[in-house]
Amino acid sequence: MANPVSLRGLRKAFGARTVLDGIDLEIAPGEFVALLGRSGCGKSTLLRILAGLDREIDGEARVSGAVSIAFQQPRLLPWRKVWRNIALGLHKPDGRSIALKALQEVRLPDHADAWPLTLSGGEAQRVSLARALVREPDVLLLDEPFGALDALTRLAMHHLVEDLWARHRPAVLLVTHDVDEALLLADRILVLDEGRIVATHHVDLPRPRRRASVVEQRTRVLADLGVDVETAA
Amino acid sequence: MRWISPVALVLLWQLASSTGVLPPEKLASPLTVAQSAGELIADGQLADAFVVSLGRVFFGFLIGGIIGVALGLVSGLSRWGETLLDPPVQMLRTLPHLGLIPLFILWFGIGEEPKLALVAAGVAFPLYLNLHAGIRQTDPGLVEAAKVLGYSRIERIVHVVLPSAVPQTLVGLRIALGTAWLSLIVGEQINADAGLGFLINNAREFLRTDVVVVGLVVYALLGLTTDALVRLLERRVLRWRTR
Repeated sequence: MANPVSLRGLRKAFGARTVLDGIDLEIAPGEFVALLGRSGCGKSTLLRILAGLDREIDGEARVSGAVSIAFQQPRLLPWRKVWRNIALGLHKPDGRSIALKALQEVRLPDHADAWPLTLSGGEAQRVSLARALVREPDVLLLDEPFGALDALTRLAMHHLVEDLWARHRPAVLLVTHDVDEALLLADRILVLDEGRIVATHHVDLPRPRRRASVVEQRTRVLADLGVDVETAA
Repeated sequence: MRWISPVALVLLWQLASSTGVLPPEKLASPLTVAQSAGELIADGQLADAFVVSLGRVFFGFLIGGIIGVALGLVSGLSRWGETLLDPPVQMLRTLPHLGLIPLFILWFGIGEEPKLALVAAGVAFPLYLNLHAGIRQTDPGLVEAAKVLGYSRIERIVHVVLPSAVPQTLVGLRIALGTAWLSLIVGEQINADAGLGFLINNAREFLRTDVVVVGLVVYALLGLTTDALVRLLERRVLRWRTR
């Protein structure tokens, strides 16, 4: 089976500024990859290219199968009820029952007929995840989906995402700048810096992972991001 | 407590009229106005005038509304439409449309047509401007999400772009209704032989300030009523803003 994401020598420049400078990346079916990097390292640009929102590129970017996405902001349509936000664009006759099932999965069974503006940040983000999942994606793009949530909600969301991923098995590319999040969730961590992948870490720890189990690898990943934990502590 | 000063003002007005300080040919007393209103209602004159004026606003609004919405949609939804339509519309809107009366009389004569045209012109511009602005204010993040999530172009317009233009368009609708009444009042000064404007102008000839005031009150009530209707519509259409 072909890899759902395949990038070869991907380059992207905005005028004279090179944002992505020769990216080679293969993501296997069902693989969970985290992309780490500082602000402005090019991770959002990479994600937009994979989502098909930016097609003016050099090199090769192949994404096969259904692609779905959840953003840092939930980006729900405030004027459509929750279930319609999930079902719209699906082009399936039983949209409502599909949406209801997905809401069960993200543990919001009673919110189908709510207006999105009445949801909390965490609830809205769960609707956004449900919306992404009902598309049965081969590739699920997650653009810092927990970045705007409070710490407690974020922990719950980590479990939920891991759960959903285990059940649906899409290939996931999670863009984040949270090292712990990447270590808890990903099979593989890529460190992006100035448009290049400067380090790759395979995380072979058993799931579900606990914070303590990732501490050792955390130091090494942080070092690749230019953060020296030993002296910082 | 806010009713005290208005009531006091009316009482003062009545007092001034009763003592002769305010002569009836300048301004009739509140009691006379109320009495005339009763008579005008009883003999059907007010109802006839009311129906004629309401019809003018309705059809003028319909014509102007169709033009304003059609142009706003074309220029909001297509780059080409905007390039071609927006510059001339923006130029024309700087003209005070009430100043067009002489031209409208030359073009349409002095019958119903110039009155309708004046209302239509007053309605089309605010609707165009606000619909166009509303469409352009669509959150690009929502459009992007819809693209990735597989919405067709029609679905993006129907579910993302147009709904996000609704609040601004409703602002335009309220402005347009206000302008419609204003245009009607001015338009009905042109050789009207029926309607509220005719009633008022006719009354002026006979120094019937009481009838003039009745006409003005009816204009005001009509404006308030349509504004309340739009607010009702707003509450219904924007009920997703449950904050």
